[in-house]
Amino acid sequence: MKKLFLVFMAVAFLAFPSFAKDTIKLGLIAPLTGDVKTFGESAKNGFIIAIEDYSKSGKYKIDPVIADDRNDPTEGANAALKLITQDKVIAISGPLTSKVAIPVSDIANNNKIPMITGAATNPKVTIHDGKRKPYVFRACFIDPFQGTVAANFADKELKVKTAAVLYDVGNDYSKGLAEYFKATFIKKGGNIVAYESYQKDDVDFSALITKIQVKKPDVLYLPDYYNKVALIARQVREKGLKSTLIGGDGWDSPELIKIAGGAIVGGYFTNHYSPDRKDPIAEAFIKRYKEKYNTVPDAFAALSYDATMILLKAIDNARSLKSEDIVKYLNSMKNHKGVTGNINFDKNGDAVKSAVILKVEKDRVRYMTTVNP
Amino acid sequence: MEQISYILQQVVNGIQLGAVYALIALGYTMVYGVLRLINFAHGDVFMLGAFVAYFLISKFGLPVYLVFILTMVSCALVGYVIEKVAYKPLRDAPKISLLITAVGVSLFLEYFLSLKALFTPNYIPFPRPFEIETYDLSFFVITNVQLLIFIITFISLFILYLLIYKTRYGIAMRAVSYDKETASLMGVGIDGIISFTFIIGASLAGVGGILYGIAYPQINVFMGIMPGIKSFIAAVLGGIGIIHGAVVGGLIIGLCEVFVSAFLSSTFRDGVIFIILFAVLLFRPMGIFGKRIEKV
Repeated sequence: MKKLFLVFMAVAFLAFPSFAKDTIKLGLIAPLTGDVKTFGESAKNGFIIAIEDYSKSGKYKIDPVIADDRNDPTEGANAALKLITQDKVIAISGPLTSKVAIPVSDIANNNKIPMITGAATNPKVTIHDGKRKPYVFRACFIDPFQGTVAANFADKELKVKTAAVLYDVGNDYSKGLAEYFKATFIKKGGNIVAYESYQKDDVDFSALITKIQVKKPDVLYLPDYYNKVALIARQVREKGLKSTLIGGDGWDSPELIKIAGGAIVGGYFTNHYSPDRKDPIAEAFIKRYKEKYNTVPDAFAALSYDATMILLKAIDNARSLKSEDIVKYLNSMKNHKGVTGNINFDKNGDAVKSAVILKVEKDRVRYMTTVNP
Repeated sequence: MEQISYILQQVVNGIQLGAVYALIALGYTMVYGVLRLINFAHGDVFMLGAFVAYFLISKFGLPVYLVFILTMVSCALVGYVIEKVAYKPLRDAPKISLLITAVGVSLFLEYFLSLKALFTPNYIPFPRPFEIETYDLSFFVITNVQLLIFIITFISLFILYLLIYKTRYGIAMRAVSYDKETASLMGVGIDGIISFTFIIGASLAGVGGILYGIAYPQINVFMGIMPGIKSFIAAVLGGIGIIHGAVVGGLIIGLCEVFVSAFLSSTFRDGVIFIILFAVLLFRPMGIFGKRIEKV
């Protein structure tokens, strides 16, 4: 009986080969462990939902290949080489942090593999020595815009005159944001009273906080990822420094409030999207995400979903599966309706999008305002 | 006036950091004394101390004094095992083999423990066993965490002093570090004393790990690397092999770090610490308290 069944199955497979879709491999590189693991977890969830949504009507069967970069540039480069040379992925979604995305985008570009990063905001991800990397795109805005938005917000909405900046000198993302914030804040007539840096592995900020405390700044700009921000925020409040805290999209993690507790409440940060967004596509995504993962998607989940959807759309609509054709489609794509808003790529492959400002409250983040480019 | 209170505040910050460095530096210096070995795995024992305390507090909710005792015991055990497994078989091998083994043990601890099934490479928030309170002493503010660090460090140093200068084990330990062969001829059990040294050093590192976790409440498997290196520099600065040298060296390194950040730029901080290491090795390799070694 069993044998008969097997024979039947074999015949069935041989007789209807046209039923099976071609399988292609799609890669995701994200920090699933390490200091920013919630970014990676969210991105992975967004990636999986995107592939599920695509599978309902897509031309191909997608075989996802997920690699962990640990938010370490070397790990990221190894992961990229493995995805490209061993797994032979057709395109890559990710990485999410600029310091990993910069080396990975070089590798993808040199190997002519289309890559869209969901959330890496440093300009150097798509540009190398003033030259565009033709195979690299991103679904988010860039740091000059984000730093400017934060400085404008401090100037116009918070109406503050003095600011201090504390950033990670070894992290392109943190350093870039600090510079753009400083430049804009000074241009608006504000005063940067302290501009201090630390190293990636530092945990003791007492000397710097005491130094900043003497200058009594109205706001303290902390452009770093949530783990470091939480640690700094706690020490800031323990030392009795009262400045308003401001930050960037690196703050967006459910862990931020968990680790920092009351220290971070009342802080503001610039972000890509707010889960309060009223939009049919966003609402549908948020609903699906909540059902599947039992939590509200953060910007990393939404951006990873958008980046992956754009790649899949390009794979379906390009003339062939050749990298050149996929890139050609991406360059000509207009008004992709994404969870985080309408996405159009400019001449550098960067998305032109608006930023939102969120306020950290006791148990959630609240939408404040939207800033257009 | 304001300037004075600013400097005092920074001194408090520096002593907080320096006290932890001193606790770790003691382990480096004591092991160097008896074995002439830089035990690079020592920074990782410090990390283990923080993790053990984390599990004791978050999973079992034990009171603080029990956390200290159990963490010291587990770290002592780990230190003992490391010595027996990795260093004892190489007792008669060239010193360089021992040094390479020490680096190997350090990397093993870091990467083995960072496996997903164990501690994972993630950053883990360290639960404080008590709420933080700030006391304003008009000239500077001090927190109960800082007070705890000062008091625990002081008690540890006092007990260590009694142990080394008032007990037979301490006398034996000093004898071994002075001249191993002669001490052995006088009937001192070398192996026992070396194990004893590792146990003491590792439990002090464990105490350092708990204090570090309470002061900077975020831990991960690689947290021992930088404090380890800086404590090693502290031990060299004070004169490697000299107990009070390690304490003074730790405090100097802590204060230096804070004052470079406070009056120069935070970017130079680690650079200055390594310049100190270079300067000591070039101009006074025996450290502050070291005596010039006389050739017989």
